[in-house]
Amino acid sequence: MASPSDRRYSQTHEWCKVNGNEAVIGITQFAADQLTDITYLELPEAGSKITAGSPCGQIESVKSASDAIAPVSGEVVAVNTAVRDEPGLVNSDPFTAGWLLRIRMSDPAEFDNLLDAAAYDALTAG
Amino acid sequence: MKRNSEPTIFEKSRPGANEGRYTPAPDPASPGAAELLGESAGDVLAETPLPLPQLGELDVVRHYTHLAGKNFSVDANFYPLGSCTMKYNPRVNEWAAAQAGMADLHPLAPASAVQGALKLMYDLRTYLAEIAGLAEVTLAPAAGAHGELTGLQVITAYYKSRGENRTKVLVPDSAHGTNPASCTICGMSAVAVRSGRDGRIDLDDLAGKLDNSTAALMITNPNTLGLFESDIAAIAALVHSAGAQLYLDGANMNAIVGIVRPGEFGTDAMHFNLHKTFSTPHGAGGPGSGPVAVAKHLTPFLPVPQVVRKGQAYELDCARPDSIGMVRSFAGQFGVCVRAWCTIRTHGPEGLRRMSETAVLNANYLAAALRDLLPLPYDDHCMHEFVLSAHPASYEGHGLAGQIAKRLIDYGFHPPTVYFPLIVPEAMMIEPTETESLEMLDAFVAAFRVIVAEFEADPGSLVHAPFDASVARVDEVAAARKPVLRWRPTRQ
Repeated sequence: MASPSDRRYSQTHEWCKVNGNEAVIGITQFAADQLTDITYLELPEAGSKITAGSPCGQIESVKSASDAIAPVSGEVVAVNTAVRDEPGLVNSDPFTAGWLLRIRMSDPAEFDNLLDAAAYDALTAG
Repeated sequence: MKRNSEPTIFEKSRPGANEGRYTPAPDPASPGAAELLGESAGDVLAETPLPLPQLGELDVVRHYTHLAGKNFSVDANFYPLGSCTMKYNPRVNEWAAAQAGMADLHPLAPASAVQGALKLMYDLRTYLAEIAGLAEVTLAPAAGAHGELTGLQVITAYYKSRGENRTKVLVPDSAHGTNPASCTICGMSAVAVRSGRDGRIDLDDLAGKLDNSTAALMITNPNTLGLFESDIAAIAALVHSAGAQLYLDGANMNAIVGIVRPGEFGTDAMHFNLHKTFSTPHGAGGPGSGPVAVAKHLTPFLPVPQVVRKGQAYELDCARPDSIGMVRSFAGQFGVCVRAWCTIRTHGPEGLRRMSETAVLNANYLAAALRDLLPLPYDDHCMHEFVLSAHPASYEGHGLAGQIAKRLIDYGFHPPTVYFPLIVPEAMMIEPTETESLEMLDAFVAAFRVIVAEFEADPGSLVHAPFDASVARVDEVAAARKPVLRWRPTRQ
């Protein structure tokens, strides 16, 4: 299934959707499928700073514990509390209801370095 | 096997069931709690009796005998749990550890009263230093991860003494999860180093990440894919040229004891897992023991107390001004040390080498048989363990490693470690150890072959395995998302 073309993607399987100088980030369907059933999410509090390329949360599944890597840098303005209470949302709807963080970007140019949907889907096809 | 889940002892309780049959009478000469406490009894004694289960003694004995029969142990069945080294625990070790002179010692007994125990500890730390090829060993850490933490604290103290601030620790992406966790607990930060296509550390990635803030590379050798890091000399040279330490996670020592000494390939600090390599009972949480061996420049920082010999006498020495201090109560996990000492003495140097050689031979025998059934992504001569990928190209689903693992229970085998290391999809990490017979290895291969055939005939057939175990497939997702952490009585 093709990834949504209204956003960009990191090599480490996070997506990033921009609105003005804010970005919403989450993990891709591919990542959610690889992790299998997600059981617990540890996400930063609103107000914390995250840095592109560094961990911005931890995702535990029945298989493993993995870092979510920030695709862009900035300050967390909102955290999806719904996925904390119901981590399965990230499996069932990673691109919409399963979003993780809303960020005020400190360097919007970082977004342009990310992959578009076609390039990301090519990455995960191989 | 009939599916039969044993009720809890609380569910078996019936009011008054502990009366009228075998009931030991209280000793009339022994004072009751109220008498012992005197005036303060009213303040501290419970006002209502505790809701303890009421059963006759025989019913209690039967309850726990039934539970014991459900226990899966290496004494009863093959237990190829990768990286855990679930080998036979020789009876002589248990005999020795149960002697009154070992089992009944008080940890605060004066050194003069426990010379034999102190000599045993001194001997053990000397043997382990010889096996490590390093200067000195502490027996204090209580488990492997505790050994990692102790080793990192020693390294931190070393750099502090030199006025250097190094807090970055490089950890390969195939490492045990305890490695980055130990770094974090120690106030350091872990940075992953990539594995190359051959499953070994990518030297270019390592070189690019080493700098003057790097305290150590934590390496597991052989690594968790069961592969010997054949570039270890070059790796050690790179690490040392950056002024950093080479830390060896000794979880996989069962492949190399008596064959190669880690100090000779450049290791500065390492831990042993006595409960793995040196054959002491483990699983289900211990007890473990994680002695740490270090090179000469790190010895001043080892924890106290250290057992030392002064002339013909042994004592516990706390006078080490640069020591990181105590890392646990008293002087280590003594009962485990007794068993490890026994293992070393009953094998002898040649026997220990044969132990490792046989462990490697058994693993290669199993790998050669099983690689025809499932992909073996890093297809190389393995050491003491190997990692299959239950992800055949023809199969698009997920979860096959877990399904095969559960089905193995029906055939009387403990499942291998699954979904680790993370760099292998649908990983199945198999470690037979040296103590299994050829017949047992063949029986395991035969069961594995039947299970893979079951899957090929009907890819959905294993989803609900195990079918014959006393507990059916448990809902691991619900258990993780909505854990029930204690049993509660239903009000009547």
